[in-house]
Amino acid sequence: MSVDVEKSDRSPAGTPSPPESIKAIPVRHYGRWVAALVVLGVIAALVRAFASGNVNWGAIPEYLFNADILKGLRNTLLITVLSMVIGIVLGVILAVMRQSNNRVTSSVSWFYIWFFRGTPVYVQLFLWFNLGLVFQYIDIMPIYKDEWSDFMTPFLCALLGLGLNEAAYMAEICRAGLNAVDEGQTEAAHALGMSHAKTLRRIVVPQAMRVIVPPTGNEVINMLKTSSLVIAVQYYDLLQAAQNVGRDSGVVVEMLILAAAWYLIATTVLSIGQYYLERYYARGASRQLPPTPLQRAKAKLAGSFHRAGGAA
Amino acid sequence: MTASKSAPAKGSGAPMVKAEGVHKSFGTAHILKGIDLEVAPKEVFCLIGPSGSGKSTFLRCINHLEKINAGRLSVDGELVGYREQNGKLYELRDREVAARRRDIGMVFQRFNLFPHMTAVENIMEAPVQVKGESRASARERATKLLDRVGLKDKAGNYPSQLSGGQQQRVAIARALAMEPKLMLFDEPTSALDPELVGDVLDVMKDLAADGMTMVVVTHEMGFAREVGDSLVFMDDGVVVESGHPREVLGNPRHERTKSFLSKVL
Repeated sequence: MSVDVEKSDRSPAGTPSPPESIKAIPVRHYGRWVAALVVLGVIAALVRAFASGNVNWGAIPEYLFNADILKGLRNTLLITVLSMVIGIVLGVILAVMRQSNNRVTSSVSWFYIWFFRGTPVYVQLFLWFNLGLVFQYIDIMPIYKDEWSDFMTPFLCALLGLGLNEAAYMAEICRAGLNAVDEGQTEAAHALGMSHAKTLRRIVVPQAMRVIVPPTGNEVINMLKTSSLVIAVQYYDLLQAAQNVGRDSGVVVEMLILAAAWYLIATTVLSIGQYYLERYYARGASRQLPPTPLQRAKAKLAGSFHRAGGAA
Repeated sequence: MTASKSAPAKGSGAPMVKAEGVHKSFGTAHILKGIDLEVAPKEVFCLIGPSGSGKSTFLRCINHLEKINAGRLSVDGELVGYREQNGKLYELRDREVAARRRDIGMVFQRFNLFPHMTAVENIMEAPVQVKGESRASARERATKLLDRVGLKDKAGNYPSQLSGGQQQRVAIARALAMEPKLMLFDEPTSALDPELVGDVLDVMKDLAADGMTMVVVTHEMGFAREVGDSLVFMDDGVVVESGHPREVLGNPRHERTKSFLSKVL
């Protein structure tokens, strides 16, 4: 009954009087002000310390696009992408092997993951570098024969070291993703007469991707930074380039800050890519996809125009 | 125990589903303890019974989602999961199992629609991927099927944007898209809000009127009485009582049937 009364109260359409908003004195949050001041003070002190420190800030923009630095950056990106490709492909294979009914393949996969996840990647890189102690020649009979030390270039060391290590992590991520898909999905696909392979490809994997993509994005970002370890195998990456340039030009710290800046730029670009990829695989999972930052900005702009128009 | 189905109400000829002494266990749990029954073509065959009685398991055996341990189970004259040659049984390859499943539609309690596809894509998926039908023709048929289940305007919606009842009707349309000769329903209305049950049952009644052979595991006694041609009451892995739905539901002979019906009716 009371609902009806309220409704009839509001319904007379002739009187468009919006309800008067409440006027009250808001609670003052003094604590927030104090905390903000303290934090700003600390930041200001840090900025001041760095600005007045013995750092030649001018050298950073000067060397930002230095040819050696750019070459290092290119190599870093290259090794990141290729290692991730190896990691993902091998990871998927290992994940499928791990789940197979064949005891041998599942044990091999388990052992691989156990070894490569259980030892530091830095140590693995050194091992690849020194594998020449075990194999003196590489001899793929009819195709290729060479001395191991010539075959195992720093690039290949870095690629194998990072890629094979990454595969162990990707295998676990993929396995978790495949397991996350409801069994009812497989049953429904089988009941429709779809084969195992088709069920995996059309039904299970697309849904597993929603679980796999976010941690894989993190892995890419991680890989970009971990790739700085390839200095162990003397691969010429961004960090190596920065150190070389710094040593030659007497701006060691400056070049380290510059390298950090490049790493930040690269990870930022990757994060943006990851956002859109996640959004793509979220389709169907949530009722409404969240707007992209671009759409949000447009909506905001349109909204402010509206308001301006209303005021005029 | 034998489900003596004296005279099927509709259709005739060889049974669509025939079970002889079907046993199934999971580990040490003996779920089906010798099921004998026959489903005639064009018949609506209802399976009722308390939970854990094995009725869903039996349904899943029919399209080989579960493997039976003993007995013989055949659909339309062909053994489920095996090929018989010179008196020996040969296990079917996955590909052959898949091929037989094409002709058997299944509707699940929890719908199991593919969440990453829209309603119309869900229905098109199997005809395109399994039968190799062209996308255009599959889409056309899918749209018609959606119309048939009363969801013409929901073609572009993802399952998460549909109510439970709508999802289940899409799931029925998805199964029908393969033009099956037999439809299996595994408690199709048990996961639905009460006010949505009617829409799904209406679609099923419609299907029955069209002469589809249906095996329905259900708790909807009203549906069984109204639409069913025969009914089997299962308990503890055996068929306890069977006959015409009105007869079994109205005048149960067995104690266990009586006590079950007194709880659900």
